[in-house]
Amino acid sequence: MGLPVAKVGIVPCSGEALPAGTVCRLACRRVLDKLRPGQTVAICLPLFIAGGAEERGFAARHPTITVDGCEKRCAAKATEMFSGKPVQALLIPAILEKHGIPRPTRLRGFGVEEEEAVQAVADEIAHAVDETLIQTQDQGKHYDEL
Amino acid sequence: MDEAAAKQVMVLACSGIGKTWGALARETAYELVERVRPGVATTTCLPLLVINDPEAKRLVMEHPVITLDGCPKACARKSVEALGKKVDQPLETIQFYTAHKELKPEGIAQLNEAGLKLARVAADELAATVDRLAAGEQT
Repeated sequence: MGLPVAKVGIVPCSGEALPAGTVCRLACRRVLDKLRPGQTVAICLPLFIAGGAEERGFAARHPTITVDGCEKRCAAKATEMFSGKPVQALLIPAILEKHGIPRPTRLRGFGVEEEEAVQAVADEIAHAVDETLIQTQDQGKHYDEL
Repeated sequence: MDEAAAKQVMVLACSGIGKTWGALARETAYELVERVRPGVATTTCLPLLVINDPEAKRLVMEHPVITLDGCPKACARKSVEALGKKVDQPLETIQFYTAHKELKPEGIAQLNEAGLKLARVAADELAATVDRLAAGEQT
């Protein structure tokens, strides 16, 4: 039997060519640093190709939440292709639409205009982390069973 | 490839959200694409290469490529090489700091002012490389 699940992997798409990719990076960083520190760890998506067994095997041993900036869903697809099925797959346009928040239009230099979007996405990720930890504990799952 | 397409140079930056050097890579790419060589330097999302997106793959295969990596794991360079393409100018952003020690980048979500300035300086220095590659020359 392994150790109880203590960390959830966050896989951001980080799409460099999309404003939603910047929302994704900033929101994920906020979860990792401020909202759920100690309960989350970031997984760099391109490391599935550039890295080794350690990166690829992470999602096979830990629950992961993917965060995508567009319908191509790179993070969700890549995680499933190279590692394991994510427990939750979040889509930023859907989150913004749900909250009635306009989509940011610039790639960088985010300020007050984009803050609402970043916070809404960060809150959704944090909520997904909480759900994942509760579900995992309820089901009595352990690292080596996931 | 048409003439307009031939003039474009792909700039692919690190996707990492854990290190200052990754943030510097993205900021440098944005400086090149938006300020220094708009219309010539262009970018796409690195994760699209991970899922073998046909359009992103086509862009990378048909154009010269500069990669800006944030760490020695070199995700950007390796993602291009995984397609069977040699990167025309692979770079690690720490090189820029090594050349400009007075500009120490800090921050991940948001670079400090020195980091932003270093990105501007790096992009300015890379302009000549973009121009050479756009003209069909080797670096």
